[in-house]
Amino acid sequence: MTTIANASSGVIGQPMLRREDPKLLSGEARFTDDLKIPGALWIGLVRSPFANAKIISIDTQDAKASPGIVAVYVASDLQSEWAGPIPSAWQVTPDMKSPAHYPLASGKANYVGDPVAVVVGNSPTEVADAVALVDVSYEELPAVVDLEEALTDANVIHEELGTNKCYVWELNPNPQGIEDAFKSAAHVVKERYIQQRLIPAAMEPRSVAVVPSPMGGDYTLYSATQIPHILKVMTALTVGISESKIRVIAPSVGGGFGSKLDVYPEELLCLALARKHKVPVRWTEERTEGAQATIQGRGQVQHIELAADKDGKLLGVRADIIADMGGYQQLITAGVPLLGAFLYHGAYHTPTYAFKCTGVYTNKTPTDAYRGAGRPEATYAIERAMDSLAKTVGVDPAEIRRRNFIPTESFPYNSPAGLVFDSGNYGPNLDQALTAVGYDTLRADQEKRRAEGSTKHLGIGLSFFVEMCGLAPSRVLASLNYAAGGWESATVRILPTSKVQVVTGTAPHGQGHETVWAMIVADKLGISVDDIEVLHSDTSIAPHGMDTYGSRSLSVGGSAVHIATERVLEKAQKIAAHLLEASEDDLEYQGGIFSVKGSPDKTMPLAAIAFEAFTAHNLPDGLEPNLEATTTWDPPNFTFPFGSHIAVVEVDEETGKVELLRYMAVDDCGPRVNPLIVEGQIHGGLAQGIGQALYEEAVYDSAGNLLNATFADYLLPSAAELPTFELGNTVTPSPTNPLGVKGIGEAGAIASPPAVMNAIVDALSHIGPIQIEMPASPERVWKAIQAVRA
Amino acid sequence: MKVSMTVNGKSVSRDVEPRTLLVHFIREDLALTGTNVGCDTSSCGACTVLINGESVKSCTTLAVQADGADVMTIEGMASEDGTLHPIQKAFQENHGLQCGFCTPGMVMASYSLIKENDHLDEKAVREGLEGNLCRCTGYHNIVKSVLAAASEMGA
Ligand code: FES
Ligand code: FES
Repeated sequence: MTTIANASSGVIGQPMLRREDPKLLSGEARFTDDLKIPGALWIGLVRSPFANAKIISIDTQDAKASPGIVAVYVASDLQSEWAGPIPSAWQVTPDMKSPAHYPLASGKANYVGDPVAVVVGNSPTEVADAVALVDVSYEELPAVVDLEEALTDANVIHEELGTNKCYVWELNPNPQGIEDAFKSAAHVVKERYIQQRLIPAAMEPRSVAVVPSPMGGDYTLYSATQIPHILKVMTALTVGISESKIRVIAPSVGGGFGSKLDVYPEELLCLALARKHKVPVRWTEERTEGAQATIQGRGQVQHIELAADKDGKLLGVRADIIADMGGYQQLITAGVPLLGAFLYHGAYHTPTYAFKCTGVYTNKTPTDAYRGAGRPEATYAIERAMDSLAKTVGVDPAEIRRRNFIPTESFPYNSPAGLVFDSGNYGPNLDQALTAVGYDTLRADQEKRRAEGSTKHLGIGLSFFVEMCGLAPSRVLASLNYAAGGWESATVRILPTSKVQVVTGTAPHGQGHETVWAMIVADKLGISVDDIEVLHSDTSIAPHGMDTYGSRSLSVGGSAVHIATERVLEKAQKIAAHLLEASEDDLEYQGGIFSVKGSPDKTMPLAAIAFEAFTAHNLPDGLEPNLEATTTWDPPNFTFPFGSHIAVVEVDEETGKVELLRYMAVDDCGPRVNPLIVEGQIHGGLAQGIGQALYEEAVYDSAGNLLNATFADYLLPSAAELPTFELGNTVTPSPTNPLGVKGIGEAGAIASPPAVMNAIVDALSHIGPIQIEMPASPERVWKAIQAVRA
Repeated sequence: MKVSMTVNGKSVSRDVEPRTLLVHFIREDLALTGTNVGCDTSSCGACTVLINGESVKSCTTLAVQADGADVMTIEGMASEDGTLHPIQKAFQENHGLQCGFCTPGMVMASYSLIKENDHLDEKAVREGLEGNLCRCTGYHNIVKSVLAAASEMGA
């Protein structure tokens, strides 16, 4: 590669303000529900009020006669519309069992909220009125809610599968070795944890609108989605429309966190009904409806065992988890727990490792990816278990971690689970966090409070996380039986007027790609970001892409942008050499201008070269006109960000109330292209992780009813519940991509739940070994205190 | 029913059904879609607008209740020439928004919070914005934005 293409003009690393903001701040941005679509019909779903029930009959007469109603359909009416069931992209084992899943349930409803009929009408209010008039008679069956009970198969949800067990996925590279490790261990820790179900609650409800074109059979599908590209392929396959006839546009999208990484019944219904009725068809979710109709996150019972020698050095880590699928498979439901399968030993070296996951169906909303997807679960288990190990061995939690860290000199580290951790330098990162938070002073305060007999106890909780992100090397995905690749595409195009278009296959919904991608290009081309436009989230403009999730966009998509820019610059250099009558090697490039070394008056700006490339009047022989490059980057490996998180809590022994006093996070995501955005991502992730630790849980009763479906009942943290976060960072570049970046979108949500929970346990450790699950509500904490006192 | 009000400085008058919520009137009848709907239990604040200078959740107000009132939505915050209001500017400068869905409501709620309080500190901002949910920012930068705007506006 030439030196010119390696140029940097110092834009990378600047806390540049976001270019997305003015239109979002002025109300000019358009979310899907904001679109004016003349003549559109609206749909509304009739949803099962029972978790497990036979559908005996559906009477649509009154609904059909209701004002403004065009049609009402049940499953059998639409069967011919589907070329296939709702797609699931992750068949994790060859014998994995999946029930057929169509947009409308037929015969049987399998969770509260399972759609059984669709009403089509002129306005949302008329549709809502008619939905209430559809008379469905059900025969209620006992609901299967608890995971362990589900595995007994006492009640089988999907008769045709013969069992509730979906799959068993195992990783046990050295069965004898791990047995021996546990036999010879001086210390063994065995823990059981619950990962409660969470409601992702992106602030923008889901919304979809399909507009057929009057001629030609084309459809434009607008959706509040994270995955316009995947959605295009999947809707084409499911509705049986040629992929080339579907254009998917994700307008402004109001957050996703994994919940918009899916192909939903409503998207398929709007498309099929737009085809059937030959008019636009749309739908916007009600918030309370969404609590049941949009996927939920987590939902696991975790067993983790650590074997250690007398000094607390790990000899083996064994994890055995049960993962709740819910009533059906959604896009990657079965695979989510496996994104954590390789990480239950965390940042620690262990000679032996085994992991097993049993997927199980229950009569609840399907689960799928939610911020962190599999990695928060793994991190929680190992980080809480490491605290238990510290207690057992009798050393400080920081010390047990230090003793076990993967040594810096072992990177790239071949993990016992078969991964290669790209780079890491854990010890200094932890030291920085401990110093910054004032760990020793906090410990002294804690002692002081205890000595004074205070009933408000101070707790300090540590969590050191490492995760795998940058989804994903396609070959690795193949080995996990995932149905697609993990590459990303980018085009960089310098227009005749020297304005630059960047086309990306990522699909931002709050992450600021329009700013950061422009920074990557500006850095290399030495031009202003104001001359660069980033195009995305429209499959006609950006035809190739794998979209945004799994902290992949910068390391995979940003790398693609970087490489395409290099290619454009290399081509420009050829043209410049030709026009300046110099050898390519004699050229220099700075601030958007080529010059000949030693002849400072012989210069040519990129703008002039762009115009020459466009007119093509005088190009070097064999060079194609125009200045444009497209690349598809498939990363050779995942990236492995890490960091130390420390929560400081005050626990009131008398009320059980936990107050989060301070939160310190020292993350290492490699070089930060825009520190402002990196820190924003951490803040948001922390709020969600702290929400999981202290407030959030989708609570089901024994009949499978979601008891807290509304925002009034489901406790999302507000500004009043959270502290100002204290952040630091270290920089360990990843050798796996040209930017050296690692990914930061999920880190906060991955690291924080165990930090907070460890802090609570730590605060009460002088009272006894507290057993407590998330969310640590005052009631739970109080009961846990009473339990150890009894 | 006929309702008339001033919205972002312009008089508007429309026939509406009595059950029309102010938020729907604003979004559908006036095509001002900056005001968002994030919930159905008046919990999220995405729909916050100003009525006679006070912040109100427009999903809990009927259009007819705002008859004769002076209503301001996010579209009315910037000046005619497009210059952002100091609160909007502070949100951009402090990265107080990510997806931007909660943002119009946050900005409007912040406006009345700043107007109604002479000395805002972090705690007052956090408590004052309790009724406005954001799932992206963890509020850290929203609080910073509001404090910066407050000092810019002389509060
Ligand atoms: S829309 Fe949520 S409070 Fe009004
Ligand atoms: S910025 Fe996305 S909800 Fe607040």
